[in-house]
Amino acid sequence: MSQPKIRKIRVGVASCGIAAGADEVLDLLRSRAESVPVEGTGCLGHCYAEPMVEVVLVDGNSVFYRDVKADEGHIENILALGDKDRFEIPSARKSKELIKVLALAGRVDPTRFEDYTENGGYEGLKRALSMTPAEVVNEMKLSGLRGRGGGGFPTGNKWSFLAAKDTAEKILICNADEGDPGAFMDRSLMESVPHQVLEGMLIAAYATGATKLFIYCRAEYPMAIKHMGIAIGQAREHKLNVINERELEIIIKEGAGAFVCGEETALIASLEGQRGTPRFRPPFPTDRGWKGWPSMINNVETFGNVPLILREGAAAFAAIGTEGSKGTKLFALAGDLKNPGLVEVPMGTTLREIVFDIGGADPDKVKAVQTGGPSGGCIPVELFDTPVDYDSLKKLGAIMGSGGMIVIGKDRCMVETARYFLDFTHRESCGKCTFCRVGTTRMFETLERIVAGKGEMADLDFLENIGPKIRMGSLCGLGQTAPNPVLATLRYYRHEYEAHVKDHNCEALQCNPLVDLYLDKSNCIKCKLCIKTCPVNAISDDFVIDNDKCTRCNACKDVCPKKTIYRVKKGSKR
Amino acid sequence: MSPKYAFLEKIGKEPSNLIKGLQAVQGAEGFVSDESIVAIAGYFGIPEVEVEGVLSFYAQFKRVKPGKYKIAICDGTACHIKGSSQVAEWLTRELGIKSGETDERGHFSLETVACLGCCSLAPVMSVNGRVYGKLDRKSIVKILKEYENK
Repeated sequence: MSQPKIRKIRVGVASCGIAAGADEVLDLLRSRAESVPVEGTGCLGHCYAEPMVEVVLVDGNSVFYRDVKADEGHIENILALGDKDRFEIPSARKSKELIKVLALAGRVDPTRFEDYTENGGYEGLKRALSMTPAEVVNEMKLSGLRGRGGGGFPTGNKWSFLAAKDTAEKILICNADEGDPGAFMDRSLMESVPHQVLEGMLIAAYATGATKLFIYCRAEYPMAIKHMGIAIGQAREHKLNVINERELEIIIKEGAGAFVCGEETALIASLEGQRGTPRFRPPFPTDRGWKGWPSMINNVETFGNVPLILREGAAAFAAIGTEGSKGTKLFALAGDLKNPGLVEVPMGTTLREIVFDIGGADPDKVKAVQTGGPSGGCIPVELFDTPVDYDSLKKLGAIMGSGGMIVIGKDRCMVETARYFLDFTHRESCGKCTFCRVGTTRMFETLERIVAGKGEMADLDFLENIGPKIRMGSLCGLGQTAPNPVLATLRYYRHEYEAHVKDHNCEALQCNPLVDLYLDKSNCIKCKLCIKTCPVNAISDDFVIDNDKCTRCNACKDVCPKKTIYRVKKGSKR
Repeated sequence: MSPKYAFLEKIGKEPSNLIKGLQAVQGAEGFVSDESIVAIAGYFGIPEVEVEGVLSFYAQFKRVKPGKYKIAICDGTACHIKGSSQVAEWLTRELGIKSGETDERGHFSLETVACLGCCSLAPVMSVNGRVYGKLDRKSIVKILKEYENK
């Protein structure tokens, strides 16, 4: 039975919602809700509570439900506005967050044009069109917006470079190749509010006189591609892509899985159908880009900010944030914390506020946070009072990056974390620059040796020595930043490296070659679950683990009902 | 050109669409075969070696036929921290194949990918694009069983 009190029901069906089963919830709600409209919407940013359902009441208030399952019980409970599984947005998120760019995410149906226009959509474009292009560029400069892809280059300046060109074709590219492992801000924006990204691009096209618009999106984001495609079709229907009486071509190009293509010149090579290798700059893309035409590349989130600036004015935007970093920033919070998800905070918010207050991480269990993905560095918990802006993070040896923020718990090994990032970068190195190609591989091999307990003290010096050389000898951002995770962990956690080398000890008990599995018989109830579970028969009938056979897969540890199997330092309990 | 690849005609002939062409072929056949490389090179009017050069650069393109169900283990940062290497190990145990391999029946294939963008549900994997989150050994066994019988 549907309730007359309910105006409509929204189900978050962005990728992470669907991963948690939201599509089935949506279908079932649709079949049960009778006269109440049930719509699929984007991401509210509370990924830990997915699948999430919002019931909008006739009086305008909303009731949220979390962890909804596609079964009769859950659905009945929601339709009856029951108390079970109700979800309150945590107060810390309400007070610390400032939702500007994400204002419509999870509030509108991303595939409906009217949902966007009824909520202020395309007002920014309208205002831009009432100004001269030069005035729009100036507005962008006044706003102080800096590139959200990680580089932090002032957006208004970039626009002015392209605007100054007088060529038959000018190319505008939206960089949606969000390849940073651990980042999903751009995916969320494109899935949840595709029109906002598109509006930003159209405003930029007007301001710079661009003639051809590309969206270079990674193929791993099918829903983002779909929603952007729908938005482009709707914009065409409403003639929004006709600027200065010229119909602009808007093309979505799918990337093909190469991290380096996030770099401007590599991205352009890929757009031209070539191997995505970067080239020497200058000439910069705004001088010579796609097929030789002046080209400007902005990130998805950068474009997502543009409609706000035009709608509310540069002054309102510049009032938010710090001296050198204006506006808000999206962060994809993940890792060892209670409330992972997508958050939006004013620039200058401290890491402490983001990780502990908003993310709900346990202060006793956090060791560090990694910003900027494989290009960034870790920041130890002792420095969590650092305000998050472009310049403060750089000082610490980390970078803002595009906004991936991974919380690293005390039970994680920093050497292994560094090894992981170098594993990624050495594989993703395009191979063009020797220092990057060979250097990252040598760094990776050295780290592999250290985590296996076969490192030497000279290895640490080698890492510190080669890192800066890779930085200097590489053409693009990939190589220039690849040593960061190693250098940052060496700077703050050198003792962990030394323990691996000197004592063959992994404090965090994470590096398998330095760890044994140990069954404490005093607490054992002899249920034999571990023996049955062990894939390599390494546990004897009298409950002793043969560590020569054991592969450290932890299957026994996970299955043990008494939690009496531990990871211990190799050779310590024999 | 063999009629098998007639669908390429929908894509503009300029070589900047090469990646799009490769994606279309892989979308249709699941991988890029030697035969399709000849067809693509002919269509865009570029040497076969250039096609091979571009496709070998991008991780997305496969040169061997994948299984009916393609399992992608996410090894993004969040998933790695939350134990993706263990997920890989469990899958390898259950399926008897390593990352990059296809089982003998052609039913399952396994690969490791950089990031599926569902970090808050880590560790995750996807089967033919459908993402499964918060994995543990039990849920993996259950998911595999589901696809085993499909």
